[in-house]
Amino acid sequence: MAILGLPEEEYFSYGHRACAGCGAALAVRLITKAAGRNSIIVEPTGCIEVVSTPYPETAWKLPWVHGAFENAASIASGVTSALKHLGKEDVNVIVIAGDGATYDIGFGHLSGAFERGHNFTYICYDNEAYMNTGIQRSGATPYAASTTTTPSGKESIGKQEWKKDLVHILAAHGSRYVATASIGYQIDAYKKIKRAIETKGPTFVNLLATCPTGWRTDISKSIEIAKLAVDTGVFPLYEIVDGRHIVNRPKSIEELKPVEEYLRMQGRYRHLFRPERNEEAINFIQQRVKENLRSLLEHVEKGL
Amino acid sequence: MEGKTIMEASHAVSEAVKSVKPGVVAAYPITPQTHIVERISEFIANGEMDCEYIRVESEFGAISACLGASATGVRTYTSTAAQGLALMHEVLFIASGMRLPIGMTVANRALSAPINIWNDHQDSISARDCGWIQFYAETAQECYDLTIMQFRISEDKRVLLPSMVCLDGFTLTHLYEPVYILPQRKVDEFLPEYKPYHSILDPEQPLTLGPIGFPSHYMELRYSQVKALDDSINIIKEVFDEFSDSFPPEIENSRPERYYHVEDYKLDDAEIAFVAMGSVCGTIKVMVDRLRKKGERVGLLKLITYRPFPKNAIIDSLRGVKKVAVLEKAISPGGNGPVFDEIRSLFYDEMERPEIRDFIIGLGGRDVTFMHIKKIYDMVKNDKGEGLEWIF
Ligand SMILES: Cc1ncc(C[n+]2csc(CCOP(=O)(O)OP(=O)(O)O)c2C)c(N)n1
Ligand SMILES: [Mg+2]
Repeated sequence: MAILGLPEEEYFSYGHRACAGCGAALAVRLITKAAGRNSIIVEPTGCIEVVSTPYPETAWKLPWVHGAFENAASIASGVTSALKHLGKEDVNVIVIAGDGATYDIGFGHLSGAFERGHNFTYICYDNEAYMNTGIQRSGATPYAASTTTTPSGKESIGKQEWKKDLVHILAAHGSRYVATASIGYQIDAYKKIKRAIETKGPTFVNLLATCPTGWRTDISKSIEIAKLAVDTGVFPLYEIVDGRHIVNRPKSIEELKPVEEYLRMQGRYRHLFRPERNEEAINFIQQRVKENLRSLLEHVEKGL
Repeated sequence: MEGKTIMEASHAVSEAVKSVKPGVVAAYPITPQTHIVERISEFIANGEMDCEYIRVESEFGAISACLGASATGVRTYTSTAAQGLALMHEVLFIASGMRLPIGMTVANRALSAPINIWNDHQDSISARDCGWIQFYAETAQECYDLTIMQFRISEDKRVLLPSMVCLDGFTLTHLYEPVYILPQRKVDEFLPEYKPYHSILDPEQPLTLGPIGFPSHYMELRYSQVKALDDSINIIKEVFDEFSDSFPPEIENSRPERYYHVEDYKLDDAEIAFVAMGSVCGTIKVMVDRLRKKGERVGLLKLITYRPFPKNAIIDSLRGVKKVAVLEKAISPGGNGPVFDEIRSLFYDEMERPEIRDFIIGLGGRDVTFMHIKKIYDMVKNDKGEGLEWIF
């Protein structure tokens, strides 16, 4: 099935075992369309690896390698160096990794590879938890989300910490292109991935991908929810190009939709509304979301 | 560099690595391995090696980068020791499971705690079950030769498994010895340019490497991997033979006359045999000579190949020996010395079984002197002491 306006070729084929409504599977289709045929994919352990490569079958029509959970960036370093040695530097090397692999266990490898400046693109399909092992919290899990290791309860709001700001951490490595994207805005995501691949050196895209199983959302609403994440400012779309911010969406505090619209649609935030409404928590999230967008817009204003 | 020279064993390894022309080296510094990778860095800086050197952020990064590079189809090398090898542990299994012929040098060092930078074999022995080929070197010349041979062996399409050459930290890595360096042309003849026989990452022919193996297939894949390691015993012998035929020793006592899985030292009529690996074999050989002068019928069995375990070679060599003393620089806590256990189990099926005893020596860099060897000899000869003895 073609996504309107995007290349029709599919490199991630049907027959994989992803759940209905899986945002990550859609993310992979977008990424591989942007990457094209002349690409090598490196994948750490996680949902996408598990659902797409049950030996002796595979859903991949691109060369693909998986080693372990934590080391995709280092494997990619080896691939880029080998390609350099072979004089095949025209091949795109792309890591497609979950948030756990990226924000947490693979963070040292990721930082090392960015500091060394290998020519590769790292795309995190961010479903905001360790989904493959049963919805445990990661450094990318948002505040107040209930996961199996941060369950909400009488004494618990769910996850107590805010999401790690990995995008800026990677920008601070001197990467020439880092961006956020959402499967809710596919053309935007496609263009960003393409730009990341075309930019020399290490580049990064944090691609928000709905997980109906982990977020406890309606499988038919994955796109809608991924759009709302952006439009409420919970997950704003922006780029940092050569160190300068560009905010794509939302463009102002005024146009923000209330975070509640986004939170309400997801079982992982149900405890904020039932049995009774947790006004304090909802307000807290709303305030921080605004502050965050304000800070991004300030960067743009100041040309930072 | 070519011909006879005197150099540190570490630099002999670096010379060998240069001559096998790896496409990618990824390594992280750790004492006592540093001299190896520093010299390789110099070779690259001086334009003597056409190679991508990845200065990774950790040993986990090093072995992972080797995985990626090897999977892309280039000859790949790394080196580490102790904590570094332990940090690599997870990926060691993955490299062998993916059948990637990565070459590694291990500068054997004790494992923490307490932290200790000196020699024993606990690091590589603890990596025994990772599915890698393992060799142990006694001399700088053996380090050089085995490093060249390890690539021929690992890359053989009947093998396709990674390999480690292990040399004792400090006692060998930092030891200056005479070494014969082969002319580059000879190395090129012995080890032609790299042509991968394993599946590689290539957009022209997209393959999926490192997939998930369900219970329906996992066991068969494990079987074929383990069988390849078992069968490599014959291919190692072939390569050892070819090397020995092509390159007879140039320096006396620098290596065995002919390479084989084991080296027999004065075992022919021996009643008592030492068994050991690595540089301590040099000390034992001198002690054997001294004891023989006094009329003692004693010899040494040196293990060069440790994985695959050279069962037949060991049984053949020890046939007729009455008492065996296994000297080892590693232990399986709560059990015995690992080499001892394996050798003793080999003899279970034999009609004639020597008495076999286990001696733990030289942990964490503790010197192993003639006195120690003599003490062990006396204990074995006079049936003194317990089954498992620590020689402090
Ligand atoms: C060293 C190691 N620790 C833990 C695991 C178990 N594990 C496998 S996948 C995974 C979570 C993956 O999370 P993420 O990267 O977010 O990908 P997702 O499953 O959400 O797609 C975990 C914890 C592992 N495979 N290896
Ligand atoms: Mg995840």
